[in-house]
Amino acid sequence: MRIICPVKRVPDTAAEKKLTDDLTVDRESVETILNANDEWSIEEAMRIKESRDDVEVVALCMGPDSAQQTVRKALSYGLDAAIQVTDEALSGSDATATARVLAAALKDEEWDVIIMGNQSSDARSMLVPAMLAEYLEVPALTYAKRLEVGQDGTVEADRETAAGHETVQASIPVVVSVVEAINEPRYPSFKGIMAAKKKPLDTKDLAGIGLSPDDAGYAGSATQVLEATPKPPKQAGDKIEDDGSGQVGAKALVDFLVNKKFI
Amino acid sequence: MTDILVLIEHADGSPKKVSNQILTAAKTIGDGDVSAAIFGADASAVADKVGEYGATKAYVWGATEADEYATEPQVAALAAAIEASGAPIVLYAADPFVTDIVARTAVRTGGGVVADAVDLELQGDRMVATKAIFGGDMTSQCQVEGDRTQFVGVKPNSFQAEASGGGAAEVVELDVTLPDNATRTKITDRVEAKESGRPEMTEAAIVVSGGRGLGDSDGFDLIGQLADALGGAVGASRAATDAGWIAHNHQIGQTGKTVSPQLYLANGISGAIQHRAGMQTSQTIAVINKDAEAPIFSIADIGIVGDLYKVIPVLVEEINKRKG
Ligand SMILES: Cc1cc2nc3c(=O)[nH]c(=O)nc-3n(C[C@H](O)[C@H](O)[C@H](O)COP(=O)(O)OP(=O)(O)OC[C@H]3O[C@@H](n4cnc5c(N)ncnc54)[C@H](O)[C@@H]3O)c2cc1C
Ligand SMILES: Nc1ncnc2c1ncn2[C@@H]1O[C@H](COP(=O)(O)O)[C@@H](O)[C@H]1O
Repeated sequence: MRIICPVKRVPDTAAEKKLTDDLTVDRESVETILNANDEWSIEEAMRIKESRDDVEVVALCMGPDSAQQTVRKALSYGLDAAIQVTDEALSGSDATATARVLAAALKDEEWDVIIMGNQSSDARSMLVPAMLAEYLEVPALTYAKRLEVGQDGTVEADRETAAGHETVQASIPVVVSVVEAINEPRYPSFKGIMAAKKKPLDTKDLAGIGLSPDDAGYAGSATQVLEATPKPPKQAGDKIEDDGSGQVGAKALVDFLVNKKFI
Repeated sequence: MTDILVLIEHADGSPKKVSNQILTAAKTIGDGDVSAAIFGADASAVADKVGEYGATKAYVWGATEADEYATEPQVAALAAAIEASGAPIVLYAADPFVTDIVARTAVRTGGGVVADAVDLELQGDRMVATKAIFGGDMTSQCQVEGDRTQFVGVKPNSFQAEASGGGAAEVVELDVTLPDNATRTKITDRVEAKESGRPEMTEAAIVVSGGRGLGDSDGFDLIGQLADALGGAVGASRAATDAGWIAHNHQIGQTGKTVSPQLYLANGISGAIQHRAGMQTSQTIAVINKDAEAPIFSIADIGIVGDLYKVIPVLVEEINKRKG
């Protein structure tokens, strides 16, 4: 079985973000990391790999040259190989263009299950998994908090709903997106980090996956950012010290809530 | 004239609050017809209720496939509704499952998607969406460009639902041909944790949340009492969901849900950037925390420095007294 884990390079949430003149994230000016949600999909893929014979796990990343660092990080968890799509024309890709590129990169690959994060911490669109499944014409089991890949090719997932969960079932080939509750990701081992440097990395440009520059980046995107402005910092309101009994604090809060018509 | 189609979310035979909010927004902002797309066995019952919020037509598809299989039957139905209505703009509730339907429909029909709008403006024939980016640190304006269907996702509570007193919407039965593969993802079970009639967290006007400061799972009984006194939903920080005190679907933040209620009341939560990413667009923020230096105070409209186990019981009693 071959499992693909799409991984994204994102700016560190804790770092200050800047936009470039063309209103995309200035990825050169901030520290970047592997999207946290993609650690859960990698963990899930690795657990499948460790539970049976003949499983290969491959990372897939669309991003600039410098995203190679993210790819190596992904490999350090024990993955077998990676594919990176890098091309100048990729810059400015929205969810549609990203999914189109990822799908094209898999056209000549063999794979059974794609496991990915449900969301990237910068775009937060949650669009890419379902869009990728649509481009690949396969079913998607999204927002999984439990995943079972059967020997017979049946794939079952519990997906979070507002009030609980539902169980969904499909057959391979299938796209799965996972949420945080699915597992506790491991840390890469020292051995894994060293091994990652030598794992095969297949780098391709747009032509190499059969796309033209018009299919990706700004030209291939269906959406446009018109404007982006920092939000003025919020003015903190009153801070009231309670007297230790709860009375002073509760009284101040009730007055505030009544005043604002919440009560 | 730019017509707008609204994809309706519904439960128990009625549109969800967020759908009424979006219908109201479509009617207020749009300059053409507002219609509704409603799928599932309850579709006809729901269709009776959308005229009140401004829909003049309801495109319904009552097939049970919409309830028994994930995503793809609705994709076929939504594509049919778009074709039947001829609307160039589709508004939908920015919710995970609906996002799946819209994502696939957009790819299948060549449309474009802008997710998570908190405000809308019609500029010519473009629906311009305002959205919070980078966890609310920045605001951006986005639109779908070119000659393609514009799908725009709207966050709950971005607009107020107002009944416009319109008559019943004209019901149009959709003719949907399901491709064979539309039923390849079967829903085999549904488990609902019964939640004492509290509103859904992402839709709620008031969210009361608890963090590590609660100390144990019993703390959520107290949070629940306060939520019930205010008619709100219960949320949590990752420290609380990680500890297993409450289910992960209550987690608010970067890797949980994003909420933007009218009132967010954080208890025993320090306000890490990953938590703020899920709540800082709330209209009013109130905080109870015993550490006066906790970063959450910097975004609070009112902050109480105190022990939540002392303050909340008095607060619940006071609120119930005032409510009479
Ligand atoms: C990739 C990544 C993703 C993350 N995603 C999320 C996410 O989605 N959501 C999220 O919330 N976090 C997330 N986190 C974790 C986040 O960084 C914080 O660790 C977490 O939010 C802390 O939760 P807390 O505020 O409840 O706990 P703490 O930071 O420990 O704060 C507890 C607070 O309670 C106060 N307190 C203690 N006792 C009392 C009392 N008796 N009365 C009043 N106050 C009291 C303390 O003063 C303190 O301020 C993420 C982290 C990472 C790295
Ligand atoms: N540029 C990219 N390269 C590889 N995978 C990506 C990329 N962008 C998004 N993804 C995948 O899509 C998931 C959801 O991202 P999003 O739809 O942007 O919220 C992520 O967790 C990744 O697995």
